[in-house]
Amino acid sequence: MNKKIAVLALGVVFVFLFVGAVSLHPFGEPDEKGMDDYFIENAQNETGANNVVTSVVFDYRGYDTLGEATVLFTAVTGVGLALRRMKK
Amino acid sequence: MKEMSKIVRTVTNIIYSFIILFGFYIIIHGHLTPGGGFQGGAVVASAFALLAVSYGALKIKDMLKKENFSVSECSALFVFIGLAFLGISTVFFYNFLTGGVIFGNIPSGINPGDLNTGGVIPLMNVAVGVEVLSGIGLIILYMFTGSKEVKE
Repeated sequence: MNKKIAVLALGVVFVFLFVGAVSLHPFGEPDEKGMDDYFIENAQNETGANNVVTSVVFDYRGYDTLGEATVLFTAVTGVGLALRRMKK
Repeated sequence: MKEMSKIVRTVTNIIYSFIILFGFYIIIHGHLTPGGGFQGGAVVASAFALLAVSYGALKIKDMLKKENFSVSECSALFVFIGLAFLGISTVFFYNFLTGGVIFGNIPSGINPGDLNTGGVIPLMNVAVGVEVLSGIGLIILYMFTGSKEVKE
């Protein structure tokens, strides 16, 4: 009985995965590409950096990088808290 | 963990400075080539991990101090936030150096290695790089100095 349920669930999951994989959007042709084109056209003139990825990460979406740096800081704090040496 | 054989230690002595140099190259060229602060910081921290593995936990405790790493991490984070605040007359994270004297050149087309571009992006790259290398180095040091031999 359990085995039948497991096989059925596996089949359902597989069908969903298959449908999802078949109906994927074609690679490299997004529906909305206004923002991408804006970055590619104007990133060099507006920021002066040749690397568009860096200009997005550090300039257009600086908040994201600030959050990442904070996450790393919190991780280090957590490790220090978990592995600290207790005074006898 | 005990220190490894003399062969490993000799190779480490030769190679770790080059790994650190390569990491800082990635950090400083973040606005021209693939990479940036996070990636270069991780490369530099891997050199610390190499030192720790080959020399063992007891010696690495004297070589690298946790206090220096904590101070550099916190100050780098402050520099990053301060750079973001410096452009607040327009908007938070405004690139106020573009078009100026320092890091202000605006290249047209292919840039054959002019580092004096990008506004605040190179400075932010250096700040984030120092923060990541000291953060990951601190995690490595905590993990190594928590081992049994150091305790005894």
